[in-house]
Amino acid sequence: MKARYLAPLGIFILLVIFLGIGLTLNPRDVPSVLIDKPAPRFTLPDLFDPARTVSAADFDGEVWLLNVWGTWCPECWREHGFLMHLAKNEGIKIVGIDWRDERAAALEMLRDEGNPFVAVGFDPESVAIMDWGVYGAPETFLIDRSGNIRWKHTGALTPTLWREELQPRVAKLKEQSP
Amino acid sequence: MRQLILSLMLSLSVFTVEARVEAYHFDDPAKEARYKQLIDELRCLVCQNQNLAASNAELAQDMRRLTYEMVSEGATNEEVVLFMVERYGDFVLYRPPFKTSTALLWVGPFIMLAIGVLVLVVFVRRRSVGETPELDAQDHERAKRLLDDKKI
Repeated sequence: MKARYLAPLGIFILLVIFLGIGLTLNPRDVPSVLIDKPAPRFTLPDLFDPARTVSAADFDGEVWLLNVWGTWCPECWREHGFLMHLAKNEGIKIVGIDWRDERAAALEMLRDEGNPFVAVGFDPESVAIMDWGVYGAPETFLIDRSGNIRWKHTGALTPTLWREELQPRVAKLKEQSP
Repeated sequence: MRQLILSLMLSLSVFTVEARVEAYHFDDPAKEARYKQLIDELRCLVCQNQNLAASNAELAQDMRRLTYEMVSEGATNEEVVLFMVERYGDFVLYRPPFKTSTALLWVGPFIMLAIGVLVLVVFVRRRSVGETPELDAQDHERAKRLLDDKKI
């Protein structure tokens, strides 16, 4: 008799646990299929000088970050200060792709807020972005010396994320020879 | 009047399903049909509960444009789907392939159905067995008395 009443309770608790797990998952965290795959090649016009180009091949043999951003994206503004810190104090090489943006607005933002990027490709038509499987901004990729993507994050980079996930990986990858 | 309301509702439902802004022109109706099928089955990563056909997100526009370009250049459906999966993963598919990570997704409903049927069978059986108690002479006598009692 007791089991008969306990069974629905058990099922209910199980259901609550599963729903609880479902609620705490971040639906934006789509697993990237590109991890440990060669970083897609791209050649984009330079944001600062349309006559020149920025290409993934320029950074072969280095450990670098690719950061996809745009002035239309509020999280990118929030993240900007930390990118400045990474570039200036941690010696991280960050390549930017300015996505779906106005050139003038992007230049203004970098002038006013500082420029953490070693180079910025300008991609208003989503030419390069699709190959990287980007679906939102900001998105950040970590690329190793052999040109493989080793880590990816959707959303703003934070000091916690840097300390716990990114920094150990960067340190390890920098030790490896290409 | 009823017809008017009905047709109004129908036209409204058409507007909500097809939120597409850009119209692509195909030289071949077969390609157009394939394009429509593809954007129906591919999922937008920004508005995650919408397919490419229904989503107005900018990424969905880009993905539709790419689908259009690939289809009009003669790519097969499989090629377009592979292209998307290589970049965005199985997540873009509204009809994910059957593999270990998606097995529960495909088999789950049938397992639930089987459990349901099992519980039902057990329940019905136990009930039919349990609800026919043996009656002795005394019980029959009592039942007769109750049935005959006109006051009740």
